[in-house]
Amino acid sequence: MTETLRESPLHLEHKALGGRLVPFAGYAMPVRYEGVVQEHTAVRERVGIFDVSHMGELLLSGPKAVEVVDSLITNSLAPLKPGRALYTVCCNEQGTILDDLIVYRLPEDRVLVICNASNRAKIVGHFRKHAEGHCEFEDISDDHALIAVQGPEAAKLLHSLGAERSATIKSFRVKKDRLLDRKVKIARTGYTGEDGFEILCSNECAPPIWRALVEGGATPCGLGARDTLRLEARLSLYGNEITEETNPYEAGLGWVVKLDKGDFVGRDALQKIKAEGTTRKLIGFEMKARGIARHGHAILIGDDVVGEVTSGSPAPTVGKNIGLGYVPKESASVGTEIIIDIRGKKVPAEIIKTPFYKRKGTK
Amino acid sequence: MAVPVDLRYTKDHEWAKMEGDLVRIGITDYAVSELNDVTLVELPSVGTDVQANERFGEVESVKTVSELFAPVSGEVVEVNDELEESPEKVNETPYGEGWLVVIKPSDPAEFEALMDARNYEDYLSKIE
Repeated sequence: MTETLRESPLHLEHKALGGRLVPFAGYAMPVRYEGVVQEHTAVRERVGIFDVSHMGELLLSGPKAVEVVDSLITNSLAPLKPGRALYTVCCNEQGTILDDLIVYRLPEDRVLVICNASNRAKIVGHFRKHAEGHCEFEDISDDHALIAVQGPEAAKLLHSLGAERSATIKSFRVKKDRLLDRKVKIARTGYTGEDGFEILCSNECAPPIWRALVEGGATPCGLGARDTLRLEARLSLYGNEITEETNPYEAGLGWVVKLDKGDFVGRDALQKIKAEGTTRKLIGFEMKARGIARHGHAILIGDDVVGEVTSGSPAPTVGKNIGLGYVPKESASVGTEIIIDIRGKKVPAEIIKTPFYKRKGTK
Repeated sequence: MAVPVDLRYTKDHEWAKMEGDLVRIGITDYAVSELNDVTLVELPSVGTDVQANERFGEVESVKTVSELFAPVSGEVVEVNDELEESPEKVNETPYGEGWLVVIKPSDPAEFEALMDARNYEDYLSKIE
């Protein structure tokens, strides 16, 4: 089988570092370098870097750019000052989720939207269609690299590489800066449950920045650790917790739906879902006996299948085998005993409070 | 990648070692590096009959599940129970404390048919 995979601008860096490359959303991306657990721990205790250049970056500009984006997302962009960012979902008319996004309001009537690699074509099409005749639209993904710098020592590392302005910005802020004297945008965002930053730069700037981060002490981390880190922090993964079959309320993302902000795609459906109430709920669980739940395993209560696991893994920092999944709302309370069907073996589990991991100093 | 000369090997990356009339079984260094961070080992109980080339258990890492295939047929006479509590022993010493089971083989010819270290190294160089 010959599948042509796209390469990240950091492809040669990954090969030089011994990264294990796997197909992911049409790209060859590193799943790990040394080891998933070691990389996971480096992010929790020190600092790790991730190549997330496969993600989509869309730029909308013009006086109506904010309005256009607001008509497509559930969260409210208009009240944000330039230099601030928000997390949101983007729904279809049925109120189910097309993708989850980070949206940055930039100066000069520009809006930057970061979408999942697996949804890039869909989201680009959706945004382009709605932007037409109202504002400029550009898919800048192919010219840009995105590097996530995550962990308690992330700010110190960026500061040491000359990004003095952005190393001190607050969470969900974005700033133009220079790193190794190259033009970058740095945002204090991430997908690990740790403090951290994401650096957006042109493709040609990415390798020297990546190398400087490694030389500065950052541990290169792959998609494997990215997944265990986000799972411990209970951050949803598109294709697992959220899909075109799930709505934001049942996924625990009601907080990003602003029904009173004005009209947007999916608003009527979401209003109805909210009024009627959801039938199922995304819950977190821990295994009470030996076994690791995986995406797609059935969840049972007694002998009845009541739901499905959306993600499951050993959690290196928490030290348990954990997972997320949907169960009926009436069976979703903390302490409920459930059973996971692990390839035919029934293993007990218990619904527990999430996030599974919370970094110190956060509310 | 360590490939001890005194062991025999399967294409599924299990190793087998003749100890008197018994055969000790584990997974190879290569298997460990492929799996990365073994976190759970599922083994048959003592007394189970296993068939050569058939599934006798599984190892699970942070990201994947992988089945174990028996290098030889026979009865399981010993199981490494310590792996239940400490599966990381497989990562640390796959040829030592990370062994999986001991089998009383029913057909010694099956052991002789396994790859020796040189053949296994050739095999690894082809799949890399």
